[in-house]
Amino acid sequence: MSFRQPLPRTADESAAPRSAAAGGAAPASAPQDRSRIELVGVTKRFVSPTGAAMTALRDVDFVVEPGQFCAVVGPTGCGKSTTLTMVAGLDRPTAGVVRVGGAVVDGIPDSTSFMFQHDALLPWKSVLQNVALGPRFRGESKASALGRAREWLHVVGLSGFEDHHPHQLSGGMRKRATLAASLISEPSILLMDEPFGALDVQTKAIMSNELLTLWERTRPSVIFITHDLEEAVALADRVVVMTAGPGTVKAVYDIDLPRPRGAVQEIRFDSRFLELHQRIWESLREEVERAYARTGRTAGTATTGTEGGRP
Amino acid sequence: MNEASTMGDARTLAAIRAQSVQPASTDEASIAEAARRRVRRRKVLVQSTRLAVLVVVVGGWQLFTDRKIVDPFFFGQPSGIVLKLVDWVEHGTAYGSLWLQIGVTMKEALLGFAYGTGAGIVLGVLLGQIPFLADVIGPFIKVLNAIPRIVLGSIFVVWLGFGTTSKVLLAAVLVFFVVFFNAFQGVREVDRNLVANVRVLGASRAQTVRHVVLPSAVVWIIASLHVAFGFAIIGAIVGEFLGAQQGLGLVISTAQNNFDPNGIFAAMLLIAVVALSAEGLISQLEKRLLSWRPGTQTEVAGL
Repeated sequence: MSFRQPLPRTADESAAPRSAAAGGAAPASAPQDRSRIELVGVTKRFVSPTGAAMTALRDVDFVVEPGQFCAVVGPTGCGKSTTLTMVAGLDRPTAGVVRVGGAVVDGIPDSTSFMFQHDALLPWKSVLQNVALGPRFRGESKASALGRAREWLHVVGLSGFEDHHPHQLSGGMRKRATLAASLISEPSILLMDEPFGALDVQTKAIMSNELLTLWERTRPSVIFITHDLEEAVALADRVVVMTAGPGTVKAVYDIDLPRPRGAVQEIRFDSRFLELHQRIWESLREEVERAYARTGRTAGTATTGTEGGRP
Repeated sequence: MNEASTMGDARTLAAIRAQSVQPASTDEASIAEAARRRVRRRKVLVQSTRLAVLVVVVGGWQLFTDRKIVDPFFFGQPSGIVLKLVDWVEHGTAYGSLWLQIGVTMKEALLGFAYGTGAGIVLGVLLGQIPFLADVIGPFIKVLNAIPRIVLGSIFVVWLGFGTTSKVLLAAVLVFFVVFFNAFQGVREVDRNLVANVRVLGASRAQTVRHVVLPSAVVWIIASLHVAFGFAIIGAIVGEFLGAQQGLGLVISTAQNNFDPNGIFAAMLLIAVVALSAEGLISQLEKRLLSWRPGTQTEVAGL
């Protein structure tokens, strides 16, 4: 399972380990700046139908430099997805601003793609038509959109499945199709909300590798939400740890593992990987335990770890 | 566990295996053949039982009325119904040829069905998409829905006369509410994820409706069409009952006035045939439109 097209950009970049803090080794040019994502003091409150207000996010600040792969980890219900919908312009912060390329987000920014947790392929359209949707919506001619969709299906290894409907594909294949649909418009920003959460471990590893390979081609800025820390460290240049709800940024870690990283299954044994993983986990564990204790209490047990409550 | 008992176990196992193998060979072809035979046998059984039920009911009816145990004057007679149909085909009804009557009723039902479905889908999608409109118009629609709408037929005959228009309108009104409520519900049940996704992909409002909202509501709308077509025929027939110059409803009401149960049953039979063929067409349409759905075929076959 690998890509059948030559990948032009990887060779020259493999030499220099990228400093994530500096915003990546990608050459800084004008269009690159459009893909800088900035969250400043972002707070989001929801009002429930009964009138009770709930704060999902409080004073979230972080920056994703152009071309950077940023993973956001945090316990369940810490507002990770809410953060993403605000960057996508699907929702607005109650206070604070989200800036993309220096401009405040007040609608769906052009050149942003979003990959949802559940696959959002339209079940009544064939795989090919699904991939061609983005270009079609942006006014590309049908022939040209379908032609490019065909190419992208080839890139993600789905040639021959053009006329299948989504329900006829396996979970991994659907993810590939979604990936093709997200990347066909060559976004400068790619937002991913636990995209591989529903996949089995092996398929997830394969998809992670493919994602990295594809990302290297055009280097969009990525915000990748997950609660799998290993996945975050293996993929990202920067890992943002969020607190248990109301979510706020607890710590930001720069991952200085060299790129291209190669197979994510193997980098897990790298000593630097383990060191980073260990450090971030120290920080994340507290939050996970706090979130767990909260749900535990409502369920009647006040334990923190799996067997932590036992003396 | 000692050696002897293990041997014993092995022997019994072999014996069991030999027994189960003996009656039929276990290769794939013969298993498939056996399964096919079972399916075929069941089909034949179902069909023949159906035929038996039909023979008993119709035959019993004929027998009882023949023997005057049941009065054929009130209850009609299968043979009488057949004769009546033959008579209509050969000599026409009191209002012109039989085909004309069927044609008029069908035309009214189909036009009513088309208008009602169209209006129902348009208004259902509009209200489903625009919550403000739904909040404003919702109560009015509920009140209208609470009226026994058949009664509207009288008003329509007063307004529009004995021609086909009043029947088309009645059929359309009956169809409208069924389709409307389903379209409305269907639009509101659209998967939010899908809508968010196409919006991020750059879809305009109209494109969202066309590519996401409508196709997903189609599942609901199609389901309502089966019921809606029944309502269209009811609308046309009742409209003709209330006052008409032609149509199967008029034929039935004339038969009623003449104390001619055979005539009523014959017209009923014709309507049933028409309705069943329409139902078949709608099922075809359903299959076509919902071919993307997993398991649609089996659902249809199951009905």
